[in-house]
Amino acid sequence: MSLLSVENLVVRHGLLQAVRGVSFSIERGETLALVGANGAGKTTLLRAIAGAHQPAAGRVLLDGADITGVPSHKRVGMGVALVPEGRKLFVQMTVEENLLLGRTAGRPGDWSVAKVLEMFPNLKPRRHAKTGHLSGGEQQATAIGRALMSNPDVLLLDEVSLGLSPLIVDRVYAALQGLISSGTTIILVEQDLNRALSVSNKVICMLEGRIALEGDSKSASREDVTKAYFGLHWKSTGSVPA
Amino acid sequence: MSNQIIQGILLGGYYALIACGLSFMFSVMRIINLAHGSLAVVAAYALWFLASRFHVSPFLGLLIVLPVMAVIGWALQRFLLERSARGGALLPILTTFGLAIVIDNMLFEQFGANTRSLAPYIGSLSYDSWEWPGSIYVGKLAVIMFATAVILLGGLQLFLTRTGLGRSIRATSEDPDTAGLVGVDARRANTIAAAIALVTVGLAGAFLGMRGTFDPYAGAPQLLFAFEAAVIGGAGSLWGTLIGGIVLALAQTLGAQVHPQGFLIGGHAAFLVVLFVRLSASGLGLRGLLRLPSRIAS
Repeated sequence: MSLLSVENLVVRHGLLQAVRGVSFSIERGETLALVGANGAGKTTLLRAIAGAHQPAAGRVLLDGADITGVPSHKRVGMGVALVPEGRKLFVQMTVEENLLLGRTAGRPGDWSVAKVLEMFPNLKPRRHAKTGHLSGGEQQATAIGRALMSNPDVLLLDEVSLGLSPLIVDRVYAALQGLISSGTTIILVEQDLNRALSVSNKVICMLEGRIALEGDSKSASREDVTKAYFGLHWKSTGSVPA
Repeated sequence: MSNQIIQGILLGGYYALIACGLSFMFSVMRIINLAHGSLAVVAAYALWFLASRFHVSPFLGLLIVLPVMAVIGWALQRFLLERSARGGALLPILTTFGLAIVIDNMLFEQFGANTRSLAPYIGSLSYDSWEWPGSIYVGKLAVIMFATAVILLGGLQLFLTRTGLGRSIRATSEDPDTAGLVGVDARRANTIAAAIALVTVGLAGAFLGMRGTFDPYAGAPQLLFAFEAAVIGGAGSLWGTLIGGIVLALAQTLGAQVHPQGFLIGGHAAFLVVLFVRLSASGLGLRGLLRLPSRIAS
């Protein structure tokens, strides 16, 4: 049984259908890269899995259990944690307070403030600083740490490299590599194709709310992914080579 | 003069108590509760009823009334404010305005227009005082009120910063959607915050009844004082509320020294000065306000 399955998921923003009947699954310990251009529906899909958007149709299954109607705060307790786009830290609160908030759902596990600070040593001297005063890299580290504090089964990462300098992105991805090696199941939304393909073992490319390409990251040809990314597979009939 | 300043500071404790719940509710739920003063009067009437009918001391009566106020806060948030907040920022204001009218008139129907006081039920505490050097007399009740305000605000500060529930409430006030994504039940956090706010309203209502008289329509002036203290101190800041209460009370006390009717005018003047300074600091000064109608028209 897959750890997480999405079945024919449809998500609407008013009249706009942002996700159009998407289905995929991910096994325990896998890393899935979700790539696509701006507006492809990646963030909406990730937020629907996290419970921030209620789908118009379809199902989300965690370990075989239907969690489609479960509110976001309860999904955290069930093992789904999201690192949202733009970090979304509580800027009036300190690094430590943000990390402790991640434990609110009370899910047992190994992650603690000390372990997060060990993973991101640059946060140690900033432990009691308000997150509004942190650099972009420190904020991203705090956001990842906050999600890890809930001891998730599935970690959803939305655009972790957005707005960060290449050097900081390298550091963040080095930390992610450590998580992947330890067997954490990750769904990674990323616009940087090279980075996404290098850390993942499965890739899904989205285009206009649909899956345009799905395959193994190591064997998928870069040309195919690029074509799917820019919609060059689109035929006049509108069929998509998924 | 030093006597007036001390009396003003002590009176500021009462204003901080009455403003605390209003400020707390605004900072967490972004709701301006216009029924705040009327709910304080409800607590005062409940204590008066227990004292006059069952001979329960108002201090002991708090053991009954404060939990009841917490339940009222819970119900208010769950069944009224939460629903009205879905209709935009204005709807909760109108809802609480309507609630205040309903409460005031129900109290009038139930208890009539006579003024009541809890002072007869607390012995000599309402008029006892200590003599300080320099022939300064400080009322025991005023000192108790001030100490209660400091303990309450300090306790709330500790609760919000040192406990998981407090952090959840702060996270919800900052960003309820993201709070949900980290595992916080924002609905529960708001409901608990409303219950806490109403407990502080209950305490304020008790002191309202102990330090003077009240009637069914006493809520409106209490709301005004609470609002002024909260704005002067910076709405949402707990210690700011204490400072706001003290500034308001000092302005009233000093105003009363200038003219017998200067008590209220002094407070209002201080409120307006702080309001315009704050508006100017945020780039919307008096000139901006005067230009506002033409902007809207254009």
